[in-house]
Amino acid sequence: MTSEPLTSAQPDGRRHVVVVGGGMVAQRFVEALRARDTAGEWRVSLFAEEPRKPYDRVGLTRYFEVRDAEELTLGDPALWDDPLVDLHRDCKVVAIDREARTVTDRLGTVHAYDELVLATGSNAARPPIPGNELPGVFVYRTIDDVAELRGWVEAKREANKVTTRGGVVEKPVRGAVIGGGLLGLEAAGALKALGAQATVIEFGTHLMGVQVDLGGGQALKRLINDKGIAVRAETATKEMKPHRRTGHVGRMDFADGGRLDVDVVVMATGVRPRDELARSAGLPIGERGGAVVDLTCRTEDPHVWAIGEVACIEGRCLGLVAPGNTMAEVVVDRLLGGDAEFPGADTATKLKLSGVDVASFGDAHGRTEDCIEIVWADPTAGVYKKLVMSDDARTLLGGVFVGDAAPYASLRPMLGAELPGDPAAFLLPEGGGAPDLELPDEANVCSCNNVSAGTIRGAVTDHDCTSVGDVKSCTRAGTTCGACLPLVKKITETEMAKAGIEVSTALCEHFALSRAQLFDAVRVADLHSFSEIIERFGVRAEPSASPGRGSAAGRDSAGLASPLLHRGCDICKPVVGSILASLGNGHILSGEQAALQDTNDHMLANMQKDGTYSVVPRMPGGEVTPEGLIVVGQVAKDFGLYTKITGGQRIDMFGARVEQLPEIWKRLVDAGFESGHAYGKSLRTVKSCVGSTWCRYGVQDSVGMAVELELRYRGLRSPHKLKMGVSGCARECAEARGKDVGVIATDKGWNVYVGGNGGQTPKHAQLLAEDLTSDEMLRAIDRFLMLYIRTADRLQRTAPWVEEYEGGLDAIREVILADSLGIADDLDAAMAAHVEGYEDEWKAVLEDPEKLARFGSFVNAPTTPDPTLAYVAERGQKRPATPEEIAAGPDGPVDPSLTGPVLVAGATLEVRA
Amino acid sequence: MTVTDAHTDPTVDRWTAVCRLDDLVPERGVAALLERSDGTAVQVAIFRLLDDSVRAVQQLDPYSGAHVMSRGIVGSRGEEPTVASPVYKQVFALATGRCLEAGGKTPRPGLGAHLEPFAAEVRDGVVHVDVAGPA
Ligand SMILES: Cc1cc2nc3c(=O)[nH]c(=O)nc-3n(C[C@H](O)[C@H](O)[C@H](O)COP(=O)(O)OP(=O)(O)OC[C@H]3O[C@@H](n4cnc5c(N)ncnc54)[C@H](O)[C@@H]3O)c2cc1C
Ligand code: SF4
Ligand code: FES
Repeated sequence: MTSEPLTSAQPDGRRHVVVVGGGMVAQRFVEALRARDTAGEWRVSLFAEEPRKPYDRVGLTRYFEVRDAEELTLGDPALWDDPLVDLHRDCKVVAIDREARTVTDRLGTVHAYDELVLATGSNAARPPIPGNELPGVFVYRTIDDVAELRGWVEAKREANKVTTRGGVVEKPVRGAVIGGGLLGLEAAGALKALGAQATVIEFGTHLMGVQVDLGGGQALKRLINDKGIAVRAETATKEMKPHRRTGHVGRMDFADGGRLDVDVVVMATGVRPRDELARSAGLPIGERGGAVVDLTCRTEDPHVWAIGEVACIEGRCLGLVAPGNTMAEVVVDRLLGGDAEFPGADTATKLKLSGVDVASFGDAHGRTEDCIEIVWADPTAGVYKKLVMSDDARTLLGGVFVGDAAPYASLRPMLGAELPGDPAAFLLPEGGGAPDLELPDEANVCSCNNVSAGTIRGAVTDHDCTSVGDVKSCTRAGTTCGACLPLVKKITETEMAKAGIEVSTALCEHFALSRAQLFDAVRVADLHSFSEIIERFGVRAEPSASPGRGSAAGRDSAGLASPLLHRGCDICKPVVGSILASLGNGHILSGEQAALQDTNDHMLANMQKDGTYSVVPRMPGGEVTPEGLIVVGQVAKDFGLYTKITGGQRIDMFGARVEQLPEIWKRLVDAGFESGHAYGKSLRTVKSCVGSTWCRYGVQDSVGMAVELELRYRGLRSPHKLKMGVSGCARECAEARGKDVGVIATDKGWNVYVGGNGGQTPKHAQLLAEDLTSDEMLRAIDRFLMLYIRTADRLQRTAPWVEEYEGGLDAIREVILADSLGIADDLDAAMAAHVEGYEDEWKAVLEDPEKLARFGSFVNAPTTPDPTLAYVAERGQKRPATPEEIAAGPDGPVDPSLTGPVLVAGATLEVRA
Repeated sequence: MTVTDAHTDPTVDRWTAVCRLDDLVPERGVAALLERSDGTAVQVAIFRLLDDSVRAVQQLDPYSGAHVMSRGIVGSRGEEPTVASPVYKQVFALATGRCLEAGGKTPRPGLGAHLEPFAAEVRDGVVHVDVAGPA
């Protein structure tokens, strides 16, 4: 046995706090201590039994979506690099010696402490039902639990495949969840999402009995059934029996004689505080477990504290993260000499099950003496809302919301306060005339992170936050369960308006509309030119004070009705150009549209630093024939172009001069290539791995699908560039989840992920839908892209768009898969029109002499190259010369032969007539 | 296509005939390769506005060092017609060449922040530019 020096005083005079448990509350403790202990008085060691950094247990179910445990990690990872923070993972503490003030870890190492904080959380309960240890019976508490559950369901799905003469028949995986509380419903939703059937077994009279009353429970059952989840209430499980052959859990027997065949069972019947360390250290334990603490979170021992689910405070343990975080802050304050006390628990809860709105707060069951309950119920719609008020119907004591939790975010912080006007108004469907609530500064808006309305207002007024995103990172409000986000948004916007910060979504000085508004306006008004659009929706110029320029002159000479001669700018013109292109208005260079395009779109190529362009022919899915490669190589050679392979699996040829572009295109088009749209705010590339046609692991033809996607969406103009990827199996060699739309093959079809990107702020795409057939997948992507094109802001990529879309990805999914807005047909038709109307932009220019005429270098010398271009050789190819190299001239490194012949115009210039 | 020779005669005036107005697309620019009275070559960006008047400024973009101004987007700030650099998006007044929005960038060493403006006009459908330089 090794041991550290047992003197508590550190050589540097710092004191040492040891935290046992590496969960959510422990993380908050360390984070708060390091944020507030600016003098560095404390060194903190964290002992975590789990082999990972503290993670977001509240978001555990997201694991099925992100499939990557790392993504659930809490807080800023830099916290663990802090020299004053020591994280010991996979290092359970097994004993406390209060006398010596030491703890012993599982390796036998002894660590001295000045103060000890217990944050050991809870265990998922395994009710003593016979069979509760059978293979296939799970609890739902840790990342390991959910990872095993997933593996089990997938293995069962394989095993349930039966090959008959008619082909492979798949029997569904049958799942059951014991416990109909918050956790049980979340687990049932997860089983469904894994493709299993789910039945919830509830012992009590109704679902979520802790939070909602009987009326709410009945409305909830209807909503849950609508999700395809069966519910069996008032049912006790007597026994779980093994399957005869496999020995895995196979059947549940109920006390009422009923039974249910199962392949997997999740037990979600509650939690037990992990108070074993406190017990063996002789600390007082609560009646129903937990280390007893006072309002400062201190146990009987003045050097031992307990926070989070393991703490028994005010006589009970609290199974929510918000009060745990509050306790962490209280102890940090005490260690730093403050006198904070636990203010009482906020037990407000909201169910995180997509499409099922359930929330409750305060005295949801109306247990306060003489309280009044106000109920609004619409049983057919599965809506039940209730407010609990004091006897004079003025003070808000609690509430329950099922089916429509919209009032929850704004009412919850009013707990204990007087509501203005008739309380019933708050329960009416939206727009029912409820007065606007002005929250007091001290009202707690985000209970997960303990952020008050005042703090959010301060973020705007004192910390220069100008968006919800800013406020989130500044205050942490809304970063955990997200239930408070609507309210955070509202307060932020109200405060910004008050502070005179304009919440302007106007495009520029010429349009007061946002891009999304303008898109709708143009679509509905059926306009097809910039003139019409700015005339109709542009900002009217004030009549000019000096009549000379501007209005009068304009009308006279050009006969225009518009008061301005020069309209639009580099911001709104490309936006309108993109909108017109998305709505199918022909070639982007036809007629007036030509004047709207950025130089890249105008030249159908990408401008580089010296004013020349790069050219990328389309190679759908990154697939190219040897003949194609030879043509590209020959073209590059003939025109003296630098070549490079791009990140999107294309070949890029650099250094093409304006006057060379049509000749280059002609060579490429003649060989069967077309524009690769590398220049457009449009679909760029669909990257793919080689997939099942060659790869040993592939389960689908990823290249074939990538080609199909690319040919479908090529040329589709959008608010920003779009990238896609297709991988042939879960190994994800195409890195599809780093794309706006990523498709990953499964043995049953395709999983579609959306909203990913690389670049400066990389984002993994999130799961939109699983196991789609090819047709279902195309329809889902069609709708996703069209919705994005219609509603995103200028230059907003899909990731921030998904985040800011009202209701987030869940709402988008509803629009796409359940047609919640009734616009699916419209979106489908728009995409069909795009696919139908596609033409190669290069070819169209080559066939149109008028457009072709614009690709001269100089209007008076159309074939003369720009005489200032200069190149040097590097690694066997050319690159633009630096200013210094140019200054040194052709006698220096600049190689004139790399540019081509330079003709300086003589005294006589051509005028074409 | 017929080609006519238009002689530039510095004793008659300082204007150079460059191209026909019809060669220009409204609200877009073209580049022209011209010569100053001292014989040095100069690249000029010429823009056609909606009222069929024309403006000319230097083709060199001082913020990137590339000769590209003719390929920028024509627009307006208030009543001032403008062009935005296609490289780093600085906005310049077309009439005066003044840089109205530098976007936090500084010009390349040795280059001024503004564009050199050139007098330009349309005579009988032909665009004329004065690049003679200070008389
Ligand atoms: C699926 C799910 C959904 C949830 N949803 C919500 C929600 O929406 N809202 C909400 O408020 N709450 C929710 N919760 C509850 C919330 O996660 C907990 O309240 C919160 O995690 C408690 O934090 P804690 O730090 O006290 O405990 P935990 O997060 O459980 O952390 C305790 C840690 O200590 C470790 N440990 C235990 N003993 C030792 C030892 N002797 N030595 C070293 N380490 C030890 C454990 O391994 C564990 O990692 C949810 C929980 C789950 C499982
Ligand atoms: S993702 Fe799968 S199919 Fe594609 S290359 Fe990798 S291992 Fe092969
Ligand atoms: S209330 Fe959970 S994040 Fe704010």
